Amino acid sequence: MSQQGQGQASTDQLTVEKEIVDRVIARFGDKVKLAYVKPRRIRFNVSKDIILEFARYARDELGFDHPISVAGVDYPKNKLIDVVYHIGSCTNDKFRSSVLVFAVQLDRDDPVMPTLIPIYRGVEYHERETFEMLGVIFDGHPRLERLLLPEDWADIPPLRKDFHTKGREE
Amino acid sequence: MLRELLSPKRESSRGALDGERPANFNILVGKLSEVLVKAIDKPLGYAINWGRLWSLWPVHLETACCSLEFGAASGPRYDVERFGIIEAFGSLRQCDLMVIQGTVTRKMAPRVRMIYDQMPEPKYVIAMGACAITGGLYFDSYNVLPGIDGVIPVDVYVPGCPPRPETLIQGCILLQEKIKRTRFR
Amino acid sequence: MGLEIDRERIPGFDVEGKDADGMDKGILTLSVGPQHPGSGHFRLIVKVDGDIIVEALPDPGYVHRGEEKMCEYRNYIQNIPHLERPMIADSCGILYPYVLAVEEICNIPVPERAKYIRVIMAELNRCIFELYWLGIYGIFLGHSTMFMWPMADRELLIDLAEMASGARVTHAYFVPGGVRNDVPDAFPEKAKRHLLYFRNRLKEYKDIFYDNPLFQARTVGVGILRREDAINLGATGPVLRASGVEHDIRKVEPYDVYDELDFKVITMNEGDSFARAYVPWLEMYESVEIALQALERMPSGPVRTKLGPNPKGAVGEVFKRVEAARGELAYYLVSDGNPKPYRVKLSVPSFREIPVMAHLLKGAKLADMPSIYWSMNYWPVEADR
Repeated sequence: MSQQGQGQASTDQLTVEKEIVDRVIARFGDKVKLAYVKPRRIRFNVSKDIILEFARYARDELGFDHPISVAGVDYPKNKLIDVVYHIGSCTNDKFRSSVLVFAVQLDRDDPVMPTLIPIYRGVEYHERETFEMLGVIFDGHPRLERLLLPEDWADIPPLRKDFHTKGREE
Repeated sequence: MLRELLSPKRESSRGALDGERPANFNILVGKLSEVLVKAIDKPLGYAINWGRLWSLWPVHLETACCSLEFGAASGPRYDVERFGIIEAFGSLRQCDLMVIQGTVTRKMAPRVRMIYDQMPEPKYVIAMGACAITGGLYFDSYNVLPGIDGVIPVDVYVPGCPPRPETLIQGCILLQEKIKRTRFR
Repeated sequence: MGLEIDRERIPGFDVEGKDADGMDKGILTLSVGPQHPGSGHFRLIVKVDGDIIVEALPDPGYVHRGEEKMCEYRNYIQNIPHLERPMIADSCGILYPYVLAVEEICNIPVPERAKYIRVIMAELNRCIFELYWLGIYGIFLGHSTMFMWPMADRELLIDLAEMASGARVTHAYFVPGGVRNDVPDAFPEKAKRHLLYFRNRLKEYKDIFYDNPLFQARTVGVGILRREDAINLGATGPVLRASGVEHDIRKVEPYDVYDELDFKVITMNEGDSFARAYVPWLEMYESVEIALQALERMPSGPVRTKLGPNPKGAVGEVFKRVEAARGELAYYLVSDGNPKPYRVKLSVPSFREIPVMAHLLKGAKLADMPSIYWSMNYWPVEADR
C-alpha cells in the first residue's frame, strides 16, 4: 500500500473517525460494539433489534446517505452469518471520505433480520442477492426471490461454506 | 401428379380464404419447390451457396464479455462487413448465423436453445471464446456450462479469451469455406 | 370489410376488471430481452399501459458466473485473470481495487513508478470504456456514425494499452506490488501523440453527436433523476454526477497518486439522459489531462515488488474502492490468514444502477427505454459477476 500517502492521510483523518465513533457511542452506548477503526473505515457490530434505529441515526444525523455494498459472510465455525453493510456519504463533506461499516451477526441456522429498504432504498437488490447467495431472510422485503441464479436452482445457497463446486470438495 | 394438383376437387375442403384459389395451392407450391430444387441442384447449388455465404446475418445475441470484441470486429478498423458478415441484427427470423459470444450460464442456456430453434434453416453457429468452447476460465464455476455444444450444434470454434477480432474474422472465413463445400439443401 | 374481432379472446383488450396479480387487464406485460437489440444479456419485465411504463422489473443473472465463489478456491495471484473478466472493456478499472486490497492485507509496498503507470493505464481504460459505451449508445439511438467514430478512436488507445501490457482488452496488467512489466521506452512519446490527437478528436463528437437535434430530442428531459433520489438509491459515477452530486472517489479518497494530479470533477444539474451522456464526454477530457500529467511526472525506477510464491494475508478485512469508468467500484476482502481469500465481495457500479433504472423507467414512455437504459452505463456482465 502507499505507505507514506496512507500515513499522512491517517493522521489527518483519524480525528474524523474518532468523532464518528464518539457520536455513535454517545447515542447507543454499549448496545453497539466497535469492531475496528482504521483510516476511513469504521466498523460496528450491531444487534438486529436496533439495526433500523442505528441505520436511521447514521442516515439522518451522521449523513451516511447511500449504500455501497451489502455482503454476507458465512462463518460455520462460530455458527454465524455476518451481513455487512457498507454505507457512504455524499452530502456530509466532513465524512464523505469515510465508509461506515455495520454488521449484523445472525444465527446460521435461522438467519432472519429486518430489511433496511425503508432507510436506504438502494439496498433492495443487494439484499435480494444476499438472500439468494447465503439464505439470509430479510423481514419486510417486498420481493425476496431469485435474482442471479437460474430459476431451477435446487441446491443450498452457493456462498455458504458447505457448498462446494464439483471437483473442489476438500 | 401435376395435373391432379392443378385441377383440385373444390368441394373437398372449404375455408374462408380459398374461394378463388385452388384448395391445396400451398401443397402445389411446396411440391413445385421440391421439383425446382431437384432441377437446379447441380447447376445452381454452387450459386445459391455463394449467395448464402456472402450474406450471413448474425443474430444479435450476447451471452458474455466476448461481445466486446464482436463489437470491435464490426467497427471501422476490422470491418467484418467486407467479408460478408453483416452487423448483428435484431430480428432473429431473418438471421442465419449465431455467434455465441462467450460464457453460457445455466440461466442463459434454455434461452439460447429457444432462439436457435426459432431461427429459420439454414443456420450456422460459431462458438466464440474459450468459455463457449469448454467453459474456459470458469471451468469450476457452479453456474457455467462446460461448452455450448451440448446445447446447440456448433460449426466453427474460435478460441481465445477473448479472441482478437482477427481471429473472429478467420473463424467467419472458415465458416464460409464450410458453406461453400457443403452440399446445398 | 366485415372484419370481426373476437374481443373476448384477445388478451389485454378488455380494459375492465383485474387479472390474477391485481393488475388492470388493460396493462400488458412485455418481456424485453435477453435477446433484444436494446438490452443485451439482460431482461426487463415491463408492464405497459398504452405506451407508458407502469412498472419495470429488472431480471439480471444471465451472465452470473460465480466469481465470488471461485475466488475462494484460488490464491491471491490466481484470482487476477478471472476477476477482470466481468468488465473487460475496463479491465484495469475492475482490477484496481482488488490489487489495492491485496496490497493492504498482505502489506506489500508499491514502487513509485508503478503507481504512475497504473494511473495512466486506468485513465486509458476509462477512455476505452467510455468510447465503447458511447458507440453502443449511439447505435441504439439509431446513430450509426456515432458507433463508427468512437470505435475507430478507441483502437488508437487500445494500441497504447496493448503496447504496455501485451493484450488488447484483457490486460491482467495490475498485480499486487505494482504492474506486471515496465512500459516500453517508446511508450511515453507515443502515448502523448495519441492522447493529443484524441483530445482534438473529442471536439468533433460534440458537433456530430451532442449537438445533433435528433439525439437531443431523444435524450433531453428524458428520465430525469432527482438529486435526492440519486443519492438514496445508491447511484454512482456519471449517473450521480449528472444529477448534481460532486462525488468522485479519486477526489474524496485519493488512491495511488491521484492526490498529486490536477483535475476537475465534472457535474451537471439536469439529471436527464442527455446529462448522463454528456458527463462521460467531459470526463474523457479530464482523463486525457490526468494521463498527460502522469506521463510528464513519471519517475524512473522499478515497477514491481518481488513477492514470495504464495503471499498470505493478515487476518482481518479490508474494503477498497476506486472510481472506475462506470462509478465507484469496491472490493470487500476477508482473509483468515491463508493464501486464499476467505470471502471476496465485488460491489460493482452496474449492480447499483439496477434500482435506479427501475425507478427511472417507471412512468417513462416505452420508446424512451433504450435512451434511459443505455444512459445508465449498465453492463450486465459486470452486474451479474
